[in-house]
Amino acid sequence: MGSRSSHAALIPDADHIRRETGFSQASLLRLYHRFRALDRNQKGYLSRVDLQQIGALAVNPLGDRIIDSFFPDGSQRVDFSGFARVLAHFRPVDEEDSRIQDLKQPEPLNSRMNKLRFAFQLYDLDRDGKISRNEMLQVLRLMVGVQVTEEQLESIADRTVQEADEDGDGAVSFLEFTKSLEKMNIEQKMSIRILK
Amino acid sequence: MLRAALPLLGLPMAGAGTTAEPTQESVSRDEPPPGLELFRWQWHEVEAPYLVALWILVASLAKIVFHLSRKVTSLVPESCLLILLGLVLGGIVLAVAKKAEYQLEPGTFFLFLLPPIVLDSGYFMPSRLFFDNLGAILTYAVVGTLWNAFTTGVALWGLQQAGLVAPRVQAGLLDFLLFGSLISAVDPVAVLAVFEEVHVNETLFIIVFGESLLNDAVTVVLYKVCNSFVEMGSANVQATDYLKGIASLFVVSLGGAAVGLVFAFLLALTTRFTKRVRIIEPLLVFLLAYAAYLTAEMASLSAILAVTMCGLGCKKYVEANISHKSRTAVKYTMKTLASCAETVIFMLLGISAVDSSKWAWDSGLVLGTLFFILFFRALGVVLQTWVLNQFRLVPLDKIDQVVMSYGGLRGAVAFALVILLDRTKVPAKDYFVATTIVVVFFTVIVQGLTIKPLVKWLKVKRSEHHKPTLNQELHEHTFDHILAAVEDVVGHHGYHYWRDRWEQFDKKYLSQLLMRRSAYRIRDQIWDVYYRLNIRDAISFVDQGGHILSSAGLTLPSMPSRNSVAETSVTNLLRESGSGACLDLQVIDTVRSGRDREDAAMHHLLCGGLYKPRRRYKASCGRHFISEDAQERQDKEVFQQNMKRRLESFKSTKHNICFTKSKPRLRKAGHKKKDGVANAEATNGKPPRDLGFQDTAAVILTVESEEESDSSETEKEDDEGIIFVARATSEVLQEGKVSGSLEVCPSPRIIPPSPTCAEKELPWKSGQGDLAVYVSSETTKIVPVDMQTGWNQSISSLESLASPPCTQAPTLTRLPPHPLGIEEPQVPPDLSSDPRSSFAFPPSLAKAGRSRSESSADIPQQQELQPLMGHKDHTHLSPGTANSHWCIQFNRGSRL
Repeated sequence: MGSRSSHAALIPDADHIRRETGFSQASLLRLYHRFRALDRNQKGYLSRVDLQQIGALAVNPLGDRIIDSFFPDGSQRVDFSGFARVLAHFRPVDEEDSRIQDLKQPEPLNSRMNKLRFAFQLYDLDRDGKISRNEMLQVLRLMVGVQVTEEQLESIADRTVQEADEDGDGAVSFLEFTKSLEKMNIEQKMSIRILK
Repeated sequence: MLRAALPLLGLPMAGAGTTAEPTQESVSRDEPPPGLELFRWQWHEVEAPYLVALWILVASLAKIVFHLSRKVTSLVPESCLLILLGLVLGGIVLAVAKKAEYQLEPGTFFLFLLPPIVLDSGYFMPSRLFFDNLGAILTYAVVGTLWNAFTTGVALWGLQQAGLVAPRVQAGLLDFLLFGSLISAVDPVAVLAVFEEVHVNETLFIIVFGESLLNDAVTVVLYKVCNSFVEMGSANVQATDYLKGIASLFVVSLGGAAVGLVFAFLLALTTRFTKRVRIIEPLLVFLLAYAAYLTAEMASLSAILAVTMCGLGCKKYVEANISHKSRTAVKYTMKTLASCAETVIFMLLGISAVDSSKWAWDSGLVLGTLFFILFFRALGVVLQTWVLNQFRLVPLDKIDQVVMSYGGLRGAVAFALVILLDRTKVPAKDYFVATTIVVVFFTVIVQGLTIKPLVKWLKVKRSEHHKPTLNQELHEHTFDHILAAVEDVVGHHGYHYWRDRWEQFDKKYLSQLLMRRSAYRIRDQIWDVYYRLNIRDAISFVDQGGHILSSAGLTLPSMPSRNSVAETSVTNLLRESGSGACLDLQVIDTVRSGRDREDAAMHHLLCGGLYKPRRRYKASCGRHFISEDAQERQDKEVFQQNMKRRLESFKSTKHNICFTKSKPRLRKAGHKKKDGVANAEATNGKPPRDLGFQDTAAVILTVESEEESDSSETEKEDDEGIIFVARATSEVLQEGKVSGSLEVCPSPRIIPPSPTCAEKELPWKSGQGDLAVYVSSETTKIVPVDMQTGWNQSISSLESLASPPCTQAPTLTRLPPHPLGIEEPQVPPDLSSDPRSSFAFPPSLAKAGRSRSESSADIPQQQELQPLMGHKDHTHLSPGTANSHWCIQFNRGSRL
């Protein structure tokens, strides 16, 4: 993919995407090549199938959910700007971002909150803004090995929800989710270096 | 005699007897024994081990003395104190013996003192952190060490050329390079000793410490290469030798790591098959790790790297395979050995320094070396960090760099290496020795003393410990998967990608191969955290003193100390009940419904102010009706829920409850049924005969009232069943144990068809909100039999814990014989199949029993009973007990 001519000019709407995502020119270019490589029929967008082709994603327990997050609102295709926008969540946070943040109106996509929101929506299947016990259980089922029995899973799910649940509604809201992770260095844990 | 007694004063050390030995031997050989000796002094026979033991004893005593004063140890690192102590001891020896005989022997150091420290650090190395920073660690270890060695060596040579080093130091460039190579390596022992007390943040620690471990390979290679070059003479060194030197770097490091990994694999595989010989598990860990060290040493590979990799590689599997007891044993032995070795090393370092015959002073060399190692270390760190930061997600900032530069402590490795030099080949050895001693002392004492204030002053991020929560653990895993997936999408196969791959490989093949099946399950990290949280809860719960819980595999050694608790055993209940009774626990649950009502009232009270957990098991109710198993699982869950809630809600109430059971023993109990009457008799004191027990299946329930029990035994180490003791509230039981049991009669009709129903039907359990949660202490202490499984499951995790110090609460003291806690839900079905496991209890006999027990001199003995709940007993007990027959299953106690 790198052999193709690598000019930022090729990327449609490059400036706008850069402004929105904060990617550097080089990263954006890299992503664009990747996008083109994934887009097997050069149709200009990616479909679910395109992403499912990625080998290791199939074995990733959360692979399906992550693919889903590229297709918000049930759409079946994602263009480059959407692709870049999702990946922008994983751009490392640097000092510039935090400085600019006050001036700029929207929060950058790679802010702590947005990183967390991305993770949150992987849990929150029905998009009701809450991780119910059932949703927790489903994630746990994906993550925890087969060797843990179903009832153990359930008790783990119970406990997990209970632990984070503060208002006692039996579900974890986004606020509670953030709170349960407030000690964790999300900026660091949810960043990939090459996406600068 | 006098000479022999000298070591007893702690003065001489290993090898002390070399002078005394021959004379004593000759004496004993020359004189024919004058008949039978009443007393013989055989110092020389025990000398060597005796001295070693004394040596360690002195070091340990010194450690104790240091720690008597908190102020001193908080200011001065222990390593400094030990070195100073060594200086003092060495001075005394010098004064007494007129010559310094003892020093850190390189052989002893490398073969005995170093391995435990390295093993300890490798085994307990936070592997995730280590691999997360592996790039940085390797850079500093390899590039940094090479840089330090060459620059220091060359700079010293330059110093000599400039005439700042006295001409009597006869050393060429190669000698200085050799010296540079041994003095440049950051020492793991010193770093560990100092940094452990400083508590900088984990990343910083792992980088400095990881570097100190991994640079061993580089040090060894550099040292050996330079040493052989020096011995060959610089004229004879050819180009191929340099190439060989570079190649040997790879051979030594990769070879060492490979040896370590092979032994890690062997170790993990071996521990998979130690189920029946648990006792040798800790030994295996040490043996194989040591074998790895020796093997690497034998092949002149990097032994430190080998042991580090061995510890790092095997830990996960070994920990999963070996029993809890073994795990504790391994941990403590390892820590003890390491701390012992460390203590001895520092003390010997101090002592060695006294021996002035070994070294020769040259101010130029010493000062030059000190300056250069500090300067080049700092320069190297800055340069490398600058490069590394281009690639690091979290850059290392300036403060980190300062600490890293300053934390480059030199230690015993350098000293041992310099002692190993051959004076005929390296004429400047004495100067090098002196310089090394000064450098080591300077870094350990001066830098060790100042690094703590420095860290404070620079406001270096400290490590913060917070308890892991399930959420964090789960989300962290999620993040890992997300990142791996995103790397996939981006098409960049970076660290996360490979880590994910590795984990999949590990899960699929390695873990299957290296872990025993039963251990495989608990291996999951999320489950592991859950499990540990449960333990913590249970412990804190017990520590609160309000409720007394013990669990699978816990004996009741603490019971006697709980002086407020007396028992009314089930047998008492039974006796009091008069009528034929089914003494299933389930029955008792409702039997004491009078008290239950009180508890319900209490519950309502408490519900007002206390945490109101939600009732979640409802959701699962719908899922599991299909089979009996499913039903059981549901019960289990319900029970777990209840217990969890109770843990949360009733820490401060007065109800005391104690459950003990040992599921693993169930099977045994099943076998023991066949032993018949005699057993029951013996355990129970007299009652069995009176009561006409014919069989000994499983259950003894002890319900304790608040009466004082002065029983002092109950220190069974192996309880064989479920001891299940409940303590009623004082109001209820004011009349003593009898009152409670008297209620046995009226209640049978309330007994619900199944425990689950009981959960739902009992008044205080029916409400969704406040009422739902609560199981009164009375009801819970009398847990329906099938819920015991759930209880077991949720509590079995306790098994590994040491006893909390609390005296009032029962202490959880004993590890269970098998670490099977987690697997317990699968209960051996053979119990239920035994037709003899239940029987009807004639009323008259019960009465007889009661009269007997009222004179309860045998209470203590009853405590010893080995109650055990047949898991499926309820299946053949008529659950309703409407027939007012009380079924009892007694198991014989372990102590007959």
